[in-house]
Amino acid sequence: MKLSFNLNGRPIEVEYEHQETLAEVLRERLNLTGTKISCEVQVCGACTVLIDGLPVSSCTLLAYEARERNVVTIEGLAKPDGALHPVQQAFIDEFAFQCGFCTPGMILAAKALLDENPKPSREEIVHYMDGNICRCTGYVPIVRAIQKAAQKLSNEK
Amino acid sequence: MMPLRRFQIHQPKTVKEAAEMLSHYGEKGRLYAGGTELLLAMKHDLLRYEHLVDVKTVPGLDEIEIGNASLHIGTTVTHRAIEQSVPVREKFPVLAEMANHVANVRVRSTGTLGGNLCFAEPHSDPATLLLALQAHVHVQGRSGERTLGMEELIVGAYETTLATDELLIGIDIPRIAKSQRAAYLKFQTHERPTLGLALVLDVDGNGRSITKARAAVGSVSPKPCRSDQADALLAGPRDKVEKQLDDAAKVLADAADPVDDLEGSAEYKRHLIGVYLRRAFVKALA
Repeated sequence: MKLSFNLNGRPIEVEYEHQETLAEVLRERLNLTGTKISCEVQVCGACTVLIDGLPVSSCTLLAYEARERNVVTIEGLAKPDGALHPVQQAFIDEFAFQCGFCTPGMILAAKALLDENPKPSREEIVHYMDGNICRCTGYVPIVRAIQKAAQKLSNEK
Repeated sequence: MMPLRRFQIHQPKTVKEAAEMLSHYGEKGRLYAGGTELLLAMKHDLLRYEHLVDVKTVPGLDEIEIGNASLHIGTTVTHRAIEQSVPVREKFPVLAEMANHVANVRVRSTGTLGGNLCFAEPHSDPATLLLALQAHVHVQGRSGERTLGMEELIVGAYETTLATDELLIGIDIPRIAKSQRAAYLKFQTHERPTLGLALVLDVDGNGRSITKARAAVGSVSPKPCRSDQADALLAGPRDKVEKQLDDAAKVLADAADPVDDLEGSAEYKRHLIGVYLRRAFVKALA
């Protein structure tokens, strides 16, 4: 079967089967290994990707659900010239990761939050990011990075 | 974890076609909506299906409509759509707030209200609140349609009264009257709630007296529960009801009959019912 969808801004067609998860198609068929798989039960958020702007757990969501929709993975955030997305840059500036395994999911969830709510309060950030787990940083720098990215994005406008 | 076993997804165009597919595939098939619970059970190989019938391809089941008497939520409406719906936020704030705290943002983006109820996972927030709000569900099979109360739909852990060919198509929730106050609270330390408690109070004009009460508790035992006797203790002059809260909690706990599990002992959950009934009472009347 063929699955066609928009991946990181470009139309794509890939062979797949109905029982394949989106993470399997991304990692194994398209070699986009920035999407990480950890808990496999939609709890940790490492596998977060965006579908039509909304965060989903690609470890459990069937690739079937991506048909004719827009999927954004961590590979699609930086500009073609390599300039990082403000959320990515803020994570670096604020030391918001150590091992980095949760980072792609954290950054995509944070991007979705800021697209929807450009000036979130600290409480709103914590509530939205509640489903993304980091075992290194203790979250303080992550929240700070998101606040910084929000500020930068609003200055750009 | 092993990859999902092979299955085929089918795309019905009408409810009738979906019912026929479910009947045709029998035990080898299952209705599929958001998949947030079904696919997890299949990943763990606790459930095996060769055919999934995607109810999302049936048009018109993803709508939220507010009528004069009730709110209608189509079966494939996601938790997120409920939480973001302006009319729901205005007229049913307790429902919007509950939806905003189901699992995490990714589950809310894909999980559906109909799927949540049909999977009948005991630790479900919506089922407990909908029981207190006196919601009804519309169910359709090959031979016709029927309407069920929450207690008639969910009869045990992962157990509903839906026949093989039946699917839930929508949920109706009576309008919350101006004289009604509602609250839903939960206690959660893990991924699913240890306890959910919903309380709906009909109050007289000045809030000094409660004319009718309806409490429901969920997550502590296989299905959400309520008790006429507890509701009776929660009605009357406010100061009298306040003194009866512990008795009402005890009666409600007896009805729910909490079980020991990884979320806590039965005794602990009974204690929580008392604490959360009091908090819900205060919140509802705040």
